[in-house]
Amino acid sequence: MFKILDKREMADNTVCHFKIEAPLIAKKAKPGQFVVLRPNETGERIPLTMASTDQERGTIDIIFQVVGKTTALLRTFNKGDYILDIIGPLGRPTHLEKLGTVICVGGGTGIAVLYPITKALKETGNHVISIIGARTKDLLILEEEMRNASDELFITTDDGSYGRHGFVTDALKDLIEERKDVKLVVGIGPVLMMKFVCKTTEPYGVKTMVSLNAIMVDATGMCGACRVTVGGKTRFCCVDGPEFDGHQVDFDELMKRQAAYLKQERQSYDLFLEEHGQ
Amino acid sequence: MAKKEKREKIPRQPMPEQDPKERSKNFNEVPYGYTPELAQREAKRCLQCKKPKCIEGCPVGVKIPEFINLVAEGDFLGAAKKVKEDNSLPAICGRVCPQETQCEALCVLGKKEEPVAIGRLERFVADYERAQGIVELPEIPPSTGKRVAAVGSGPAGLTLAGDLVKWGHQVTIFEALHKPGGVLVYGIPEFRLPKAIVEAEVDYLKRMGVEIKYNYVIGKILTVDELFEMGYDAVFLGVGAGLPVFMNIPGENLCGIYSANEYLTRSNLMKAYLFPEYDTPIAKGRNVAVIGGGNVAMDSARTALRLGADNVYIVYRRSKTELPARAEEVHHAEEEGVQFKFLTNPVRFIGNEDGWVVGMECIQMELGEPDDSGRRRPVPIEGSNFTMDMDLVVIAVGTGANPVITSTIPNLELNKWGYIVADPETGKTSREGIYAGGDIVTGSATVILAMGAGRNSSKAIHEYLMSKG
Repeated sequence: MFKILDKREMADNTVCHFKIEAPLIAKKAKPGQFVVLRPNETGERIPLTMASTDQERGTIDIIFQVVGKTTALLRTFNKGDYILDIIGPLGRPTHLEKLGTVICVGGGTGIAVLYPITKALKETGNHVISIIGARTKDLLILEEEMRNASDELFITTDDGSYGRHGFVTDALKDLIEERKDVKLVVGIGPVLMMKFVCKTTEPYGVKTMVSLNAIMVDATGMCGACRVTVGGKTRFCCVDGPEFDGHQVDFDELMKRQAAYLKQERQSYDLFLEEHGQ
Repeated sequence: MAKKEKREKIPRQPMPEQDPKERSKNFNEVPYGYTPELAQREAKRCLQCKKPKCIEGCPVGVKIPEFINLVAEGDFLGAAKKVKEDNSLPAICGRVCPQETQCEALCVLGKKEEPVAIGRLERFVADYERAQGIVELPEIPPSTGKRVAAVGSGPAGLTLAGDLVKWGHQVTIFEALHKPGGVLVYGIPEFRLPKAIVEAEVDYLKRMGVEIKYNYVIGKILTVDELFEMGYDAVFLGVGAGLPVFMNIPGENLCGIYSANEYLTRSNLMKAYLFPEYDTPIAKGRNVAVIGGGNVAMDSARTALRLGADNVYIVYRRSKTELPARAEEVHHAEEEGVQFKFLTNPVRFIGNEDGWVVGMECIQMELGEPDDSGRRRPVPIEGSNFTMDMDLVVIAVGTGANPVITSTIPNLELNKWGYIVADPETGKTSREGIYAGGDIVTGSATVILAMGAGRNSSKAIHEYLMSKG
């Protein structure tokens, strides 16, 4: 049982943040790693990346968007409630190296995954330029945190309500053209966004890391649900990833695999909304 | 002792079971188990051999004639106690052990007629004791002050823990999942091994003093060396062979293609068969192919039927005689309507534009000379390719060694396939104080062999702990 110490609604109440008591996980977790949680007895196991950890206080932070039954259920949990199971840290930590100029690109709730990696890349001595984007101003999360973790920060919104009007990839393209010395791009967000980040960097030959959010069950390499084709080979997102060389990833296959349970997810979510009188 | 000529000639008693037509639609256990009358009648068939062969066939050495004699006399609780002297998990073993190749294979009666149904009797006494609600605890000696960490709560770890607490050691089991039992809960379906039985057997161990910590992925949250730093005097690795093997043929990552591990974990551990009451979904196919011929393949095929498939095929590259699954499971699958495609091997999977599997191209096989495994090698017949329409495929061709834990233990000797090198008699590894047993040493095997390994390691660990003073 894992106690929720704090709850905060973000991004116009579409995204939720929990601070959770998990001292052992907090002690061991490194940037890029994730946890699997099961909210209650009938719940499913879902992977969520830790946005941050506090070793001294023994806490981890998770940020999630309500997209279906499990995340909707999680959001009904309040400060003082308990999450039944949290398993972690899982996955490989981010490979950290002093490279020079790196660009961190985040979209939507992907920014929560990007944030600890950005911080770590900066602490490793890189010049970190970040680009974060959202559909509209109210949906943008972690702006302050990302500003503090970066040497330079750029913001884009699809509707132009804040920052630059357009996509993160527009800003990315200009930056690569302009700086010439970019050694690494880290792109984290919706799969489609990551695909286009990789398409943007490919012609320039800039190494691009992505963090993949495949469907998982046990997340310890046992079931193979999260398999993804990277460089023509099958890899398991949970133990070989979640970070991979984006230029090698078969994003179209990943998108199809992510959509495998859409019908059941809808059914489950509708049932939940019915039960909760919405 | 009754004289031989006076022995009543009793046939092997069948075990009543659910009608195949009914049971292929539900997840309730298939066999109902013996009634006390049937059990006593079956027990009377035992010859009470002076030098019983059956015990030699049991990896944990259950005193088979002694417990069967108690059943014959109607002392069912006494019989249960006798079994438990050697086997902490009799309700499980009575259900999933391959008795026909172990104890029952050596039964003297089996030479002229059918062997005594030892497995069914073991199951009966365990079920009887549990139903009475008085599962007596063995005497636990005063604490030795020694602490042992067991990694994995499957059959090997549970057996080891049960033994070690009986010697007065303190045992903590670290389990990666949220439920105890390992393959018993994620792999074996409810209709073959009800989860309530696993829970009851684990509960018995907990009452004896075994501690179980869930959600601990050793190798991630704690390393084995950290366990030693925390004061554990010995560590047993019984983590199983949890790495799914795929076929590496085109189209394998299409939606609707599962590893047996994923398919069974969704259904058994996460209770996807109760979706949407439980939140974990599972794809339901109309035409389902299960690739492989072992018990896991049979379990997957029978699960698919119960989830509502019209046609379920076992696609196996050898012939019926080479099927590695237990005869009883093959029989149960046949009765329920599973169809067998022998000498058939898939070469690629065909998908639609949404990325879902819609078909499977196969090639016909023939059997050639025996290979390393002693079985005749399947050889493809060139040009015999054909396609089958499929909307769900489960790949059950085996498992490999999962490196998550072994890769985090320095100086632990592994073989070329990544399994831990351990002494078969003791489970001793290349690192002092680290023992290993079960599938992570042998590769995929059976529940009882893993239990036997747990038993052997418990003895060795006990000696090691006592020798350390």
